[in-house]
Amino acid sequence: MIDYIASLVPADVAAHAPALLIAIPMLLAPIATFMPSGRIAWLLAILGTFASLVMAIVLLAQVRGLEDGQAIAYYMGGWGPGEGGFARPAGIEFRIDALNAMVLLLVTSIGFLAAIFSWPSIVAEIRQAKRAMFYATYLVCFMGLLGVAATGDAFNLFVFLEISSIATYVLVALGSSRDRRALPAAANYLLVGTIGASFFVVGVGFLYAATGTLNMDELVVLLPAQAGNKAVMAGYAFIFVGLGLKAAMFPLHLWLPNAYSPSFVTTFLAATATKVAIYALIRFLFTVFGLDFTFEGSSLIWILMPMGIAAMVACSFQAIFQTDVRRTLAYSSVAQVGYMLLGISLATQAGLAAGLFHMFNHALMKGALFMALAGMVLTYKGTTLNDMRGLARSAPWTMTAFAIAGVSLIGVPLTAGFQSKFALVTALLESGWWWAAMIVVFTSVLAVIYMGRILEAVFFRAPVNPNKKRKEAPLLILIPLWVLALANIWVGVQGGFVAGLANDAATSLFIGGAR
Amino acid sequence: MLEFILERGNYWAIIGLMMIGLYITFAATNLIKRLVGLGLFQTSIVLFYVSLGRINEATAPILYGDDYKKVYYDAGHGASDAVSSTGHGAGGEYGPQVLENLYSNPLPHVLMLTAIVVGVATLAVGLAITVRMREAYGTVEMDEVRAMDLEVAFAEAADDAEETQAAAGAV
Repeated sequence: MIDYIASLVPADVAAHAPALLIAIPMLLAPIATFMPSGRIAWLLAILGTFASLVMAIVLLAQVRGLEDGQAIAYYMGGWGPGEGGFARPAGIEFRIDALNAMVLLLVTSIGFLAAIFSWPSIVAEIRQAKRAMFYATYLVCFMGLLGVAATGDAFNLFVFLEISSIATYVLVALGSSRDRRALPAAANYLLVGTIGASFFVVGVGFLYAATGTLNMDELVVLLPAQAGNKAVMAGYAFIFVGLGLKAAMFPLHLWLPNAYSPSFVTTFLAATATKVAIYALIRFLFTVFGLDFTFEGSSLIWILMPMGIAAMVACSFQAIFQTDVRRTLAYSSVAQVGYMLLGISLATQAGLAAGLFHMFNHALMKGALFMALAGMVLTYKGTTLNDMRGLARSAPWTMTAFAIAGVSLIGVPLTAGFQSKFALVTALLESGWWWAAMIVVFTSVLAVIYMGRILEAVFFRAPVNPNKKRKEAPLLILIPLWVLALANIWVGVQGGFVAGLANDAATSLFIGGAR
Repeated sequence: MLEFILERGNYWAIIGLMMIGLYITFAATNLIKRLVGLGLFQTSIVLFYVSLGRINEATAPILYGDDYKKVYYDAGHGASDAVSSTGHGAGGEYGPQVLENLYSNPLPHVLMLTAIVVGVATLAVGLAITVRMREAYGTVEMDEVRAMDLEVAFAEAADDAEETQAAAGAV
């Protein structure tokens, strides 16, 4: 299927897929700004995200054709080694290996579904004159996330990170038309996010001072000689904390619950923004640095693993005590980030593959959950547990999809969540971390409690207003919602495709790191 | 010891500015002041990068004297021109520099141009959010905003509790 889609794309286009992936949404964003009607801008957003999705599929097909550990290198402006007289890469390089291809596929497919589903939500929330601007912002955010996932240049990664983040602050603040609390949330997110990105760029500066290059592939070669250098250690620490902030690593997650509002924006952010930051963290941990650095090994064991477990336990408890469903889901997101970090901190191929697998699946489930929530907010009052009572009777289709994703979040067999949690537990047991495996099971029980509360209210309580007629979410929301919900089941029943992607990614990281 | 400290004067200045900026960002309650702190923090990073590009006894990276001639007139003749990076010496090697004068490294400056643009964009968005916050809350003091939000949240929670009780009573 992937190869078939890739074969439909002309070879000339496929050769420039890494650049087009970013360039198409980047060029469509200013065009969307000038569109007189929001509807045209919406179509442009769908077009742009779809084109990027096709490019991501092409890249995935190309990467699969390579041997393990190989990557597609694309030099911007032909400033690569051997071209234009350079012995070393002088310009920005886009480098796509199995990990990049997986993250790109994740972001583009969620971005495409989110773009389709956005229209009813946007019509309800944003004034007609501003809709075109909204889609321009969305395309910029989407482009920035793709850029982070595609680039092979450390400073370029910072720039794309900030492009997507600045667009994100705007998108989060837009939620203020429904609830003014979105404004302080956006302001806090802006302050914390900027500090995170600035920490990252300080770290990159240290690496540049030590090696004289910003190209990640060059850093891989040059860094081991500098392993004892204090500047490199400081750079590592800055990068670790900076990306940890962006990825909502446990004690740095406080910006996240408030920033998630029940609207289109959250669907996209919850499923992509933190994932891309985790990708960047993995890229720096396993490619740029690598396990040969002793300080990295100890930071994984003494920081990443305890923080991952703390996130799983503490945030699952916090999720239980929320009365607002969107906050429950937001805290659950931080807890799920904990699972991913736990998998990464194992520093084995199986652990990394499990973490990546869970990352993909989490995007599927949280995307679906927030989509259903956004659909409900359009027709019903709010998102507290009381507002959700009996909704299954008023909107059975929407709530069934919500339940499927919720069950997947808990990790019930035959759903995506089970597959990746199972992979994680297996990897933990392989490394002999049986106590961590027990904590994973324990926090899954906590997930049963917090999702169970919601599902009980939705399915078994009397409706808030029994006289109200049946009213589903609009069709434009229902279709992407069900695509995601069915994807949860598909991955759960036949997890081979996504698990294969995660395995390939982990393999390429470990082989790439051994060079 | 004193030498050690003085040698790294730029780093002390940068660390000092960075910590002041960070402190303001977290300690101030006024959103505008917080953004000022953020700006200071980002500026210290710009200083950090710019000081990385400095080389002792080097001048600004603008070719002068014989270097200019070497680069722009002899390019293509000698294999050892250092400006292949400007695109003139196609086929030249990116190798050891044979320029007569020392120039500081321009790359960090260029990077910081991008970072400054990013900082300006962040500040603009931050100020726009501040304006909207002033419209919505009538204040830009974060602690007052938080107090208002808490009041609303408590009121909502009380409403919810009442509703739950009413529902329980109905059953």
